[in-house]
Amino acid sequence: MKKIKELLIEKLILICGLASIFFVLLIFLFLLKEGLAVFKTVSSFNFLFGKSWYPISEPPALGILPLIMGSLLVTLGAAIISIPIGVGCAIYIAEIAPLKIKEILKAGIELLAAIPSVVLGFIGMVTLVPLVKTVFHLPTGLTALSGAIMLAFMAMPTIVSIAEDALYSVPKTYKEGALALGATHWQAIWRVMLPAASSGIVAAVMLGIGRVIGETMAVMMITGNAAVMPNSILVPVRTLTATIAAEMGEAVVGAEHYFALFAVGIVLFVISFAINVTADLFLHKRQ
Amino acid sequence: MVNSVRNVKFEIIGLNVWFGPVHALKQISIGIQANEILTAIGPSNSGKTTFLRMLNRLNDLNQDFKMAGVVKLEQEDVKNIDTESLRKRVGMVFALPLPLPLSIFDNVAYGVRMHGEKNEKILSELVEVSLKEAYLWKEVKDRLNESAFKLSGGQQQRLCIARTLAVEPEVILFDEPCSGLDPISTAKVEDAMVKLKQKYTIVLVTNNVKQAARVGDMTAFFLNGELIELDRTDKIFNAPADKRTDGYVRGEFG
Repeated sequence: MKKIKELLIEKLILICGLASIFFVLLIFLFLLKEGLAVFKTVSSFNFLFGKSWYPISEPPALGILPLIMGSLLVTLGAAIISIPIGVGCAIYIAEIAPLKIKEILKAGIELLAAIPSVVLGFIGMVTLVPLVKTVFHLPTGLTALSGAIMLAFMAMPTIVSIAEDALYSVPKTYKEGALALGATHWQAIWRVMLPAASSGIVAAVMLGIGRVIGETMAVMMITGNAAVMPNSILVPVRTLTATIAAEMGEAVVGAEHYFALFAVGIVLFVISFAINVTADLFLHKRQ
Repeated sequence: MVNSVRNVKFEIIGLNVWFGPVHALKQISIGIQANEILTAIGPSNSGKTTFLRMLNRLNDLNQDFKMAGVVKLEQEDVKNIDTESLRKRVGMVFALPLPLPLSIFDNVAYGVRMHGEKNEKILSELVEVSLKEAYLWKEVKDRLNESAFKLSGGQQQRLCIARTLAVEPEVILFDEPCSGLDPISTAKVEDAMVKLKQKYTIVLVTNNVKQAARVGDMTAFFLNGELIELDRTDKIFNAPADKRTDGYVRGEFG
């Protein structure tokens, strides 16, 4: 009786384990099946590098380059803002802050991570968007820059907590060795701690960026959603994610538009997957 | 005590150290002569490493560190010397060799470069002199550009000594420098230490009582944070004044 119970539980756990892989596979296959159908009407080159996205005109123009550029522009902007601030914050928490401030900061960072993206989106919409509009004298504040700033807030918690972890796990002896040679605190951080923690910090950055590129709600609310090739960071853009979210509801099932949105999903999946794998490689290098 | 008149490098007066509630050093007074090797022995948790780390203020890094008393380097309170220049003057070699993931040359030049020296000619001279002083030059002179990780443990430790020497300190602190080394490498490091004392003042903390006997001029015996006895090394090992010292050097407790 006991043996049967053991066996049953083991099998149950096995099924749980396999289920997650199974679902991922199922989702992936469905995505492929629906997405690849679009290439019957448009070549993969024209799809990826076509400069116009007019999915409901006749005939539809299905070039997603403006969307890819929109995503990249917003992500790059967010990375440029969040990496220095995030890593700086991590250094401050791990190395400089007194215990009390450290606790407060860490709690603050966690709180930032807990804000739902739609809330960040509408806060951005009523505060940041008008600000960007007046500062740069633009016809509209719904720009890639506004999206980048908002997304930087979302990437920050990930970057700070993982980078702080990486810095914290550098052996104390490294720092002492540098200090014993007469290094200043900053020299020890810059020349010993950061290089030693570099793979963890790169992983932190990659995961932060991964979060940004997959983010939908906030960008949809504040980037203006114009599917045109951006020529600066101060114009409205539309990201891959926002395109799917905004258009999927209206797309006719089985139409080219519908398949194209799935193909956009594949592109997004490939980008996120590549970023996560890179982050993983760096994390494992560290161990 | 014996040493009070000649050229005193370090003078420690009434030193007490606490880490939180733990009273780690109790009322320590020691004079350290220039160009001598002071060895500090004692069982673990006796305070000898804490004592060593007082000399370059490395204990300051500990958040619940508190002290009373005075540590003077050439009659100047170390509290009044900024830590960077103090640690430049008082170098330290750690228990485990800690080469950086750089070439042999860059490892030795590391500290010097950090202090702003950019002239490659001066750097390479310094690297050569330091490696010679650490008795490593002959073994590595043809492969200075190889990674420091390719060296054996003993060579790595002498590389760390060279790295410390390159900064041109006055005092070198050794924190159980041979604890991870085989006997042959240990002998080489000990050789290097004995020759280095002509130019430097050396403080050696060691768990190896015989090592203290071999290289020391003066020996201090620590127990539970107290300095039990300080005397010439031969006296400590042949005719110690305190029964506990006698017991420890004979290996009756550890």
